[in-house]
Amino acid sequence: MVRFLIRRIVYLVILVAVATTLAYLLAGTQLNPRLRFEGRNPPPSEASITATLDELNMNPDTPVLQRYAKWVNGVFHGDLGETILGQSVNQQISTRIWVSLRLVLIGSIIGAIVGCAIGAYGAVKQYRLSDHVATILSFVVLSIPTVVLCKLVQLLGTSINSATGETANGSQIFYTVGEYSPGQGSWTSFSDVVDRLQHGVLPTLVLVIAAAAFYSRYQRSSMLDVLGQDFLRTAQAKGLTRTRALIKHGLRTALIPLTTFFSYNLALLFIGSTFVEIIFSWHGMGEYLVTSITTQDINSTAATTLFVAVLVLLAGFLSDIAYAALDPRVRVS
Amino acid sequence: MTTPSEPVLLAEEENTAADMTSVSRGRLVLRRFFRRRMAVLGLFIVVLLVFLAFVGPHLTQWSYTEFDVNNVYSQPSSSHWFGTNDLGQDMFARTMRGLQKSIFIGLIGAVISTGVAGVLGAIAGYFGRAADRAVVVLIDLLLILPSFLIIAVTSPLFVGKTWLIFVVLLAAFQWMLTARVVRGLTQSLKEREFVSAARFMGVPARKIIARHILPNMASFLIIDATVNVSSLILAEVALSYFGFGIRPPDVSLGSLIGQYANNADTYPWLFWIPSTVLVVLVLAVNLVGDGLRDALDPNSVIS
Repeated sequence: MVRFLIRRIVYLVILVAVATTLAYLLAGTQLNPRLRFEGRNPPPSEASITATLDELNMNPDTPVLQRYAKWVNGVFHGDLGETILGQSVNQQISTRIWVSLRLVLIGSIIGAIVGCAIGAYGAVKQYRLSDHVATILSFVVLSIPTVVLCKLVQLLGTSINSATGETANGSQIFYTVGEYSPGQGSWTSFSDVVDRLQHGVLPTLVLVIAAAAFYSRYQRSSMLDVLGQDFLRTAQAKGLTRTRALIKHGLRTALIPLTTFFSYNLALLFIGSTFVEIIFSWHGMGEYLVTSITTQDINSTAATTLFVAVLVLLAGFLSDIAYAALDPRVRVS
Repeated sequence: MTTPSEPVLLAEEENTAADMTSVSRGRLVLRRFFRRRMAVLGLFIVVLLVFLAFVGPHLTQWSYTEFDVNNVYSQPSSSHWFGTNDLGQDMFARTMRGLQKSIFIGLIGAVISTGVAGVLGAIAGYFGRAADRAVVVLIDLLLILPSFLIIAVTSPLFVGKTWLIFVVLLAAFQWMLTARVVRGLTQSLKEREFVSAARFMGVPARKIIARHILPNMASFLIIDATVNVSSLILAEVALSYFGFGIRPPDVSLGSLIGQYANNADTYPWLFWIPSTVLVVLVLAVNLVGDGLRDALDPNSVIS
């Protein structure tokens, strides 16, 4: 067992290394950091650009393998290099993780709870009107691209704002841009927290809607499987009411497959919320993944790939553990 | 390679015997499918949209590249049904052209990704050993590489080349999970008597895969391909939003949506019309896929 685990971990570490290497080589040869500096006004001299690029370890004239070796050496010493603006990549990631985490954690937890409730209720009331409405709604939501869903929610927010009447000093209920108003970024005062809430509601709502639609489909079919099982009838024969039997025995069992989904998706949502972060201008990991490429930032691109790769593998582990923890049948075998 | 009609025929024969009824399996599936109103509605909408995508461009006098410089940012009117954009291009013509492209992307991409998944999954499952290990490593690697990164970084290489390369790239990141399932199914099918019988009769491995293994999971592959159509269309929207998809002067629904996402408040028709068309298309495909799942999967007779 221990040998199996060790082999598995070695395999996964090699996978991460290969993926990161591929990403670095691809980015290092295809991206053009020089463009970034030549576009400045006034354009800096050729020599100063080269000097800066050398400083950042992004000079295309240096062989890519040499740059890669330098970067990897840094990674082994816990340094992911510098962004194209000369900031520390470590610093960027450590601040951005929390931005994504705030958004993703709340959004996906609420979404999963709402989705599971809708799905379970739909399964119990199969083919009733409420079930049909929920099914159709989730189908519609799953067919909407995230960009469009974000715009829909923004539209909802701004129309609520104008319906309640924006006051002259610009105060409004919901904000569609940013994580907090300028100069209000702290967590200490009450008004700052309220300001963060006003900014957070709409992007969280997007995640909640998307997650709820996704989970309700799975929960419905998982619950339908459980509904036909003997142990539910036994529970009722023992004297439990139907509702109690459904909640204590049915829902619990039906939740097991969902938990693996949930733990897997939770880790991936760090990057899955890319659209929400970009459209609502939150500076999280998802945004970083995209801007690192669009700003020709080689080190950041490789670093985000490393981050994503580790995340995907952790997600796999997390879902295995969740499954084993919840389902005694897995633990015994 | 065998012709595709052959394996399908084999599958039908086998299943009718199992069904023990006088109706053929094909008819049974059709009957089950048409019993579901939502699936039929979905199919109807898909057919309508495909028809519109190819006939639509001929209904208007404007071509999707033409400029009507006197009517810039005009609202939907009798001469420009869906309005015009910042250059005076007719949005109806562009939406129809985009619809065409999105349908192609979905269909071609789905065929490629399900095809690759079927072939690689079956090879891994049937041959085992080194082939299996190679496919599994490839699957794991592609799953942890962010597809967005690869497509975005490589897309400048394909500027001016055919858009089909882009579809292949999209499909290249779509097949892995299906291949895993195919691999598992193959491993269990491999132990069945009819496969052993064929092997002992000296049928070569690639014929066994094409005639016995893949036809036996035809339902799964058909459902998967249908679902892939809609997920590829959605993936195209995501990439086009960042400008890495179909490039101008050509348009897809995704590139229209991405291009006008920031005009959603000021010129709503530019964004919301292509978005609505896209959502209707994806929804209809999803409904068809759901109906097919119920019709093809025998376990769905619980109701």
